[in-house]
Amino acid sequence: MIDLSKRRSPQLINELKRQIELLCQNEVILAYNRPLVIMEVCGTHTASIYRYGIKSILPKQLKLVSGPGCPVCVTTNDILEKALAVACCPEVIFTSFGDMMRVPAASGSLLQRKSEGADIRIVYSPLDALKIAAENPSKQVVFFAIGFETTAPTTAAAIEKAAEKQIKNFSVISVHKTMPEALKLLLPDSKVDGLLCPGHVAAVTGAAAFDFVASELGKASAVAGFEPADIMEAIIAILQSIISGRPVLVNSYPRFVKTEASSYAVAAMNRVFKPCDATWRGLGSIPASGLALREEFAAFDALKRFPEAAQVTGADNPACRCGSVLRGELDPGDCPLMGKVCTPASPAGACMVSGEGACAAYYKYRLK
Amino acid sequence: MCLAIPGEVVKIEDDSCFVDYGGVSREASTRLFPTVKVGDFVLVHAGFVIQIIDPEEAAELVKLSQEAGFRD
Repeated sequence: MIDLSKRRSPQLINELKRQIELLCQNEVILAYNRPLVIMEVCGTHTASIYRYGIKSILPKQLKLVSGPGCPVCVTTNDILEKALAVACCPEVIFTSFGDMMRVPAASGSLLQRKSEGADIRIVYSPLDALKIAAENPSKQVVFFAIGFETTAPTTAAAIEKAAEKQIKNFSVISVHKTMPEALKLLLPDSKVDGLLCPGHVAAVTGAAAFDFVASELGKASAVAGFEPADIMEAIIAILQSIISGRPVLVNSYPRFVKTEASSYAVAAMNRVFKPCDATWRGLGSIPASGLALREEFAAFDALKRFPEAAQVTGADNPACRCGSVLRGELDPGDCPLMGKVCTPASPAGACMVSGEGACAAYYKYRLK
Repeated sequence: MCLAIPGEVVKIEDDSCFVDYGGVSREASTRLFPTVKVGDFVLVHAGFVIQIIDPEEAAELVKLSQEAGFRD
């Protein structure tokens, strides 16, 4: 067993806190005359930052903001309405990661449809969905495939296995997205000074996939792990990079992240998917930021199998400010809906639903 | 969502393996990392091994765990 509790030890955290405070007294940092903004773009980072109270121990010269890193949160109501329509087809067993179940679209959520009798099941892995398909040959089993580069290879592997085993009653709604294109759109016009790069996306893509953040966009960046010491060490690397005047990418999570990609995972992703334009909640349509099934795997596209459901459309709730939260422009605590009309029990938007949404994390750990 | 859990590979069967997470063992697919072997420390996401821990890093983590009394 690997024990990571030392990465949470108060002595280590205090030492890292002291180093951050010292760096924040550097004249380069003080010359900003405003708090430096560091964005995280991984929902698991968001959850860790709130869970361990990292914001509360950082000096006032630093501000952490959440970006579009929660795949549940960036999935639009339009695609969710299509998924709900597929899920309600009588021949369908609909499968989804649990986080997606309570996200509200105008016509309801997957959980509501389940309570009304639709056969909707929570799975832990796309292979679980494939197993359900093999066990229920008279049913159509659809997997709601959300997630970034960490998760897309797992869907790809399940589809390849379905093709090999000739499991023809399995299909997916691919809402997979890739992070670089979204960052290239979001960061140049933002107030973000440094980026915590997503550790488990980088475990698949390799750290080098995030080189562009420094080399093209000129922002200091560090690939970060998920223990509090991992995140604080990445913040230190970003501060040092800013102070040096030459923004670079630092791999602060070398125990899992190599410079180069995980070749089998990326190969599987590229065999099954090709880049496509994708619409992100809060960011709009971004060219080549989504993953669509390649022609040779088109038979596994659930939206082609259920063309009527694919015609259903939906719009994001105009009262919900999730879009501003996902762009890092609105702190969850400043949202007028927070804790009043929008709560985990009755969420107005996706960011309050997922355990990795910035609003859910704020509500759970910060709202007094 | 991108949560991934580290564990130790204890058995390999066809295209899957069993990963021990400190007493609890679960099956994980090796399709995305077919080179894993028993004794490797791996990162598991959504039922798949997605990465292997650098052996030097793994040795260091095991040493820390031993010091903390978590491992014989």
